[in-house]
Amino acid sequence: MTAKASIPELKTLDVHRLSDEIYLEMYRRMVLIRKFEEAVYDLYSRGIMSGLAHLYTGMEAIAVGVCMALDASDNITSTHRGHGHLLAKGGDPRRMFAELLGKESGYNRGKGGSMHIVDMSLGILGANGIVAGGLGIATGAGLSAKINREGRVSVAFFGDGALNEGLFYEVSNMASLWKLPVVYVLENNQYGEYTSYKRSTAGTGLARAEAMGIPTRKVDGNDVLDVYQAACWGVNLARSGEGPSFIECQTYRWRGHHMGDQGDTYGYRTQEEIEYWRKLCPINRHREYILQKKVASTGTLEKIENEVQSQIDQAIEFAKDASYPDPSEVFQDVYA
Amino acid sequence: MSTPKRTITIREAINEALREEMRRDPKIFIMGEDIGVAGGVFKVTAGLLDEFGPERVFDTPIAEAGIVGLAIGAAMTGMRPIVEIMFSDFTTLASDQIVNQAAKLRYMSGGQCKVPMVIRTAMGARRRAAAQHSQSLHAWFAHIPGLKVVLPATPEDAKGLLKGAIRDDNPVLFMEPKMMYSQKGPIPEGDYTIPLGVGRVHRTGKDATVICTSSMLYPSLEAADRLAAENIQVEVIDPRTISPLDDELLIQSARKTGHVLVVDEGYQSFGVTAEIAARIMQGAFNYLDHPVRRLGAADVPVPFSPSLEDLTIPSADRIYSTIKDMLT
Repeated sequence: MTAKASIPELKTLDVHRLSDEIYLEMYRRMVLIRKFEEAVYDLYSRGIMSGLAHLYTGMEAIAVGVCMALDASDNITSTHRGHGHLLAKGGDPRRMFAELLGKESGYNRGKGGSMHIVDMSLGILGANGIVAGGLGIATGAGLSAKINREGRVSVAFFGDGALNEGLFYEVSNMASLWKLPVVYVLENNQYGEYTSYKRSTAGTGLARAEAMGIPTRKVDGNDVLDVYQAACWGVNLARSGEGPSFIECQTYRWRGHHMGDQGDTYGYRTQEEIEYWRKLCPINRHREYILQKKVASTGTLEKIENEVQSQIDQAIEFAKDASYPDPSEVFQDVYA
Repeated sequence: MSTPKRTITIREAINEALREEMRRDPKIFIMGEDIGVAGGVFKVTAGLLDEFGPERVFDTPIAEAGIVGLAIGAAMTGMRPIVEIMFSDFTTLASDQIVNQAAKLRYMSGGQCKVPMVIRTAMGARRRAAAQHSQSLHAWFAHIPGLKVVLPATPEDAKGLLKGAIRDDNPVLFMEPKMMYSQKGPIPEGDYTIPLGVGRVHRTGKDATVICTSSMLYPSLEAADRLAAENIQVEVIDPRTISPLDDELLIQSARKTGHVLVVDEGYQSFGVTAEIAARIMQGAFNYLDHPVRRLGAADVPVPFSPSLEDLTIPSADRIYSTIKDMLT
């Protein structure tokens, strides 16, 4: 799969011999994302949340598999479908919900909303409302890390739609030329908005990255361990000065493109297709793995689920109780 | 000022500002097309690669959106990048990065991040370069909250304003007048900065005010000289930055003279001249003896033929006759 045969592999990493804590933490984070998104669905459906919301449901293994391979000081950029990445990198659900409701205690003081959440202290350089918008930022953060010899890695999450934006080629070319520590994570969920990958993308994503001389891997994006292994490979390349890598994760979004895309409104995919992918649920799959491997009992997993549910419930209460920003806030922070 | 002044060109002034700031702050680096080995198409960055090495001064592919995108990410993570976009016309290729990313990240993030970067670019016509290498698109960026837009016209201002821009914590468009790079002028010794948002009165007068930006300073001064010979005293003011704009200075002068002409090299429609005229009418309406007049670039793509191109840009003759017309 790799374009360069000489790239060092992580010989010692066996994803079937990780510690129990890691398996359970993966499970916890995926459940957190799932429950968070279902709560967003509910808040939106009941008219409590306004604006736009693009749910990550069904894609949890990618954000978690990648972010579990990162250090706290590593940077990520995210997309319009960003809640999962933020939670996987350690984002606080209370401040996220508060942001989604436009409250002052939200991450962005209510000025960004769902598509723009930032937490500089966690290396979350932002979700982004422009397709491919985060790719320049992630690559630039990689440039910083390289100049300062910091050993930090940047991860750019992006969807298959971004593959057809010019920015990807401009920045990945420079990342490859200058060996910047960037991992490009393509989340191929089969649709850019309402148009399928097949109808919009000539050739393959992998070939496009390989054309830049960037080593690639293609993984099952619904298998958190497969994603984790590839992410460790990419992060290791970046940290050891070998430059960028590109990981394509095959996945599917269960919900529509956004909350306005419900049921058959736009008629671009079949119920059979959705059902097929729902059966490939990344959380069920990891749950089965944990049980089969006897990492933990059903009871332990249920305990995690309950803990996460109560975390989500408390976070929503926090957000509902929070105040809206003061009107004077509208003119704050236009300039530094 | 008693300090003896050197005389250098705008090109040299910008080069000095870059050198001195890079010596002062190791977080500054410069990237852009042909800025390293070749020293820039206008030779503004000549010698910087030799002094600072390839880790701080480096050539990029021809990829304006990518260059600006990388600068934004670097700026957010602690660096202070300076990028060169060869011609201001090419900022269109980077406009998503400038407008949707750099300008908005601080506000959208609730003040969590800052994007301290400078985009240097060359603007202005009369290079006989036709419609894609001759535009002055500064008004576009002044339209966007979150950006600052600087238009230096003299060596002294170019050096001081560039230092001010580099030390500013916001994304700054620093738009250099490409036909004036060899313009000489006196320059103070030592380290000095000029704050962004403070205009400069180049000559005082009681009869009319000419507010002029960038290279339009020179035909404005020439017209003012000719009018002075006719005993008409024209005040010539360069705002130096259009975002932020020194409203107070412009309005005070308008109140004093009652006659205002605004001259700018951007397209006249929906441009800098319109905005300044509106602000003066709001701030000095009862003091005006004549509606504010405007001279911008003609609303046509800049033509190649020198005989045509010159017709599209405000000249000393037109500035002279417009003022005469207002005062008659």
